[in-house]
Order: sequence, then structure tokens, then C-alpha cells
Amino acid sequence: MIELTRIHAHHMAARLRRGEVSSRELTEAHLDVAERQNDRLNAWLSIDRERALAEADRADARLRDARAAGAAAVAALHPMLGIPVALKDLVSVEGGQCTAGSLILKGYRAPYDAHITERLRDVGAVILGKTNMDEFAMGSSTEHSAYGPTANPWALDRVPGGSSGGSAAAVAAYHAPVSIGTDTGGSIRQPAALTGIVGLKPTYGRVSRYGIVAFASSLDQIGPFARDVRDAAALLHAIAGRDERDSTSSPQPVPDSLLRLHASEDEAAGALRGKRLGLPREYFVKGMEPGVEERIREAVEALESAGATVEDVSLPHTDYGLATYYIVAPAEASANLARYDGIRFGPRLGEGRDVLGDYLATRGRGFGPEVKRRVMLGTYALSAGYYDAYYLKAQKVRTLIKGDFDALWAEGFDALVAPTSPTVAFRFGDRLEDPVAMYLSDACTLPVNMAGLPGISILAGLSEGLPVGLQLIGAPWSEPRLFELARSFEAVTASADWRSLEPTDLRALDDPSTPTPAERMAAIAVVDR
Amino acid sequence: MATLSRADVEHVAHLARLGLTDEELQRLEGQLNHILDQYEILSTVPTDHIPPTAQTIELENILRDDVPRPSLPREAVLANAAEHDDQSIVVPAILGGE
Repeated sequence: MIELTRIHAHHMAARLRRGEVSSRELTEAHLDVAERQNDRLNAWLSIDRERALAEADRADARLRDARAAGAAAVAALHPMLGIPVALKDLVSVEGGQCTAGSLILKGYRAPYDAHITERLRDVGAVILGKTNMDEFAMGSSTEHSAYGPTANPWALDRVPGGSSGGSAAAVAAYHAPVSIGTDTGGSIRQPAALTGIVGLKPTYGRVSRYGIVAFASSLDQIGPFARDVRDAAALLHAIAGRDERDSTSSPQPVPDSLLRLHASEDEAAGALRGKRLGLPREYFVKGMEPGVEERIREAVEALESAGATVEDVSLPHTDYGLATYYIVAPAEASANLARYDGIRFGPRLGEGRDVLGDYLATRGRGFGPEVKRRVMLGTYALSAGYYDAYYLKAQKVRTLIKGDFDALWAEGFDALVAPTSPTVAFRFGDRLEDPVAMYLSDACTLPVNMAGLPGISILAGLSEGLPVGLQLIGAPWSEPRLFELARSFEAVTASADWRSLEPTDLRALDDPSTPTPAERMAAIAVVDR
Repeated sequence: MATLSRADVEHVAHLARLGLTDEELQRLEGQLNHILDQYEILSTVPTDHIPPTAQTIELENILRDDVPRPSLPREAVLANAAEHDDQSIVVPAILGGE
């Protein structure tokens, strides 16, 4: 029998409904492997066994009640009922830690649930714990966590991407079937690509951010990770929708079609017939690895062989995306992070003699190097005399970047196809000393945030034994179609050998002699730490 | 575009309320100038008649009824403060002197 942790959430859901397995059994199986392997993976910052098992027992009670009430009651259950889920450690869970990967929130206990936490409780999902991340979601490798980096299950000396690296690694290593991340410039899609799983950044406004630690408020979105497209769609269905406590969350309906993606490969493959896809030439950026480009070109051939047309298109302002993003995001971050003052929450790291001295000490000691860099950049870009040259200019270029996409939607494209990341997972330390090299990791993902669009990353094969992600980008609110297209791609590549591979280094996670990610980092001389 | 001097870096750090070491200030001076060099590309984009984009969804004037509703219990909020007296958060002196 296949281990309980290796199956998809929709298979778990079917077995839960038939009474063949309990949520408690599923939850224990995942907790066991997570607790056993976390020293070597460092995907989790906290695991709450007691709380998770209590939630699992409640889910089992709901399942028993529904089965007693009959088939209609069982059919009405959400597919996430009883399913274990991991949350990035910037999602508030009442009474639990919420560090955002930072020392400045060490010891903080969330006094309330985030909106998505409430939604997950409503549908009966089981929260296993909180996952590692780059501090305040600033980074593309999870090396900027104050609690040590996370390893990539495909190669334990490499990064899982970031900033949601813990959530991605936990799903790739079978510690959870699904997880939650956030994406400001690629922080869901890039780690999904680097760990070989599915990750979706929804349309800006699709999911309420109430109770989520804010980074850049005009860009941040919350989204799902999963090992297949159907599970990612079901998790989005659970968390999406209007919430009056986040005034940017949209009243757009959340269609139930997200729960009805084709199960059969033949039917799913049919969805590509007649679809018009664009391949933006600017996304084959300088520095892209040849192996990544090959996998993307092969993916395009697979899409075409299934009946889609793929046309070369241009997004002419793509080259300005990086500079624009690295003005807008740090500017918004510098404002959002002003609240961390060591007075209302988080440790006070000053002497307590005067308030300014305490601010300087708390923020100077509490924030890590990347956060300080971004706060400095943002403060400068917003400061007197430079606002027009930087922030206002960037907002105008943002209009042009968004306009590039709008023009393609107006031409009738169903979606765009692109690489998610220009490279496969890189080694610990490789990009830490050069912030600009790290920023280039997100060259293919951050324009999507600038335009507020949905984007999904899905495994498209391996290069040098490491996963390559294919990115599909859609018009606003087109998540149902994006999932359908991604499901189709999954179906037409179902027989590819790479589709059924497991991460290479899973076994080493059970070997106590395997170094921890922190030990690997300590062995590298890095100037920035 | 501008180049940041050491004094500029110190000024921005003060604005951001970041207490930085000499080593940090020195490293940031180099790194920030390197990053600002990357921004240079934007000066080549004509934007005279382009409106700025602050948000990407067409939601405007989100209103709600102006009615009181419960807030977090006092104990829950105070529990996270570095210092409190069971009623209020205690802060260090804001005005100079004793």
C-alpha cells in the first residue's frame, strides 16, 4: 500500500468520505514524517501536534455525521475537510506564533485568526504548523530567514526558492499534501518551480489578506501549493472570496468549477484544443540556463500537440520590470514595516531609556540584512526630493507594464506561457553576496504582480536533475481557466518519465548524519550574514 | 540619477529608524549605490503623459456601515507588549530629560 503521505489530497478526500481512513490517521502520518525529518529540511518553524490532532478529530466527527446523514451530505463536504495543510509563518493563527521569519516577531502570539485561517477551519482543513520563509517574505531562497535556511528536497545543498520556501519544501517532501504561501514578486511560483510542485499566485484581490503580515500591499497575494493541479484549485476555492476586513478583496464570485477539474487525463487534455496561447519573447532572459529553455520549448510543443496554438508575442516593457518592482515593493515595505517598534508587540531590544533609542536598537537588531536593505531603499525612494524620480516614475512604468498584458488580453489570448524561473535551484550562498543576482531570480514572475494578474507554475521536466517550472499567466479573474490549462498540461505529460519522479534527496532526510541546512550555511563563508 | 554618500546613507537610516553599525553602513553604501545603478534604466522610458498605477483592480470607494463593533479584548493586546501595567502599554520617555 502506498504511504498515506504520498497520495494527493483529492485521493485522501475520497478515502475519508468512504471511511477507509480517518483525518487523525492522515494527520499523524504527516506529523510523524515532518517531526522526524525537519532537522535536516528546516521547512517548519513550528509544528503543533496537539492542535492538529484536535482539528483532525473534529473533521472526523463531521465526516461521521455526514455519512450518517446520507450521500447528499457527504457530497456537500468540502474536499479540504480533514486534509492536513501547512501555513507560511506569516498567517495568523490565534494563540500561535507568527514570526514572518524575523527576530523582531520572536515570541509574538497572534491574538486572532487570519481570514484564510477562519476559512480553512470552516471547511475543516487541519493546520499542521507554520513554515519557514525569507524574513518578511523578502528573498528568493529562504536563506534570509532569521531561523536558518530551508533545504530543497531535490538536492539538500540547494535552496528551495523563496520566499515561501518552507511551504514549498514541505509539500515536495510529503510533509503536507498542500500548503499556503504568499507571492509579492514570485514567492509562490518560484519556489514551486524549484521544488517541482504546483503553485498559484491569484489575481490581486482574490484572497483576503486580513491577518497576514504585510510586505508590499499593492502586490501581495495569498495562494496555494500542491503536488497536483486539482489540489491547488481546491485549496484556492477554500480560501478565496470577499472579506470586508480587507477592502482590496474583491466581490468577484469564486466558481465551484475549481472543484470540478477533469479527473481523467483524456478529458483534461481536451481543454487545450483551440486555445490561443502567447509566448512572450522577453521572458527568455539573459542568464537563462539552456536546460530551462529546452524544457520550456518542449512544453510548448506538448501544448501544441494537444491542439493549442502558441504564438510569439511581445511584452515590450518587461526589461523595466525589475527596476520598477525594486522601487515599488521596498517603498511599500518601508511603510508597512514602520509598525515594528518593539512597543506594542515583539521584543524590545533597546535599553528602555528613550523612545528613539529603543526604536533604533529594536529595528537595528531585530531586522536582518535583506530587510534593512529594502527598508533603506524604500525610505530613500519615498524621501523628499527623490519621490518623483523613483516612486512616481516607477508607478508610471508600472502602467506601461500592465498595458503590455492588457493589449494581449484584448487580442484574445487565453493565457501566456513562460518560464517561471530562469534557473533551476541554486546552491546555498551562491546569490547571498550580490543582492542584484538574487533579485534576478524573479525576473519572469514579478511583472505578473506589477499587473495584478494570476500566474501558476507547474513542473515541466528536469534540467541537470533539478525541476523546471512552466508558468501560465492569465487575465484578471481567469484562475478557473488557468487551472484548466495547467491540468491539461499535466494530462498531456502524464506519461513523461519525469512526471512520476520523487525528489532525489528524500532518503537523506531520514539519515541522522545528513547535515542540517544551518550547518551547510555555516560551512560557507558569506559576507552578508 | 543620484549617488548616495555615506552621510546620505546615515540620513536615510535615521529616517527609517534603523540603528546600524559602521560596518553595516559601509556595506549598504556600496550595495545601495549598486542597486540604484540598476534603476537608471527607467530614465530611458518616456512617461510624460502616462498616469501612475497605484493599484491594479478597479475597486473604488469601499464603504461600510459606521457602526461600533467589538475589538480585541484588552488582555489579548497587552499580552504582546514589551511592557504593560494591565491597563495600558508602558513606553519609554518620549520627551527628553527626566
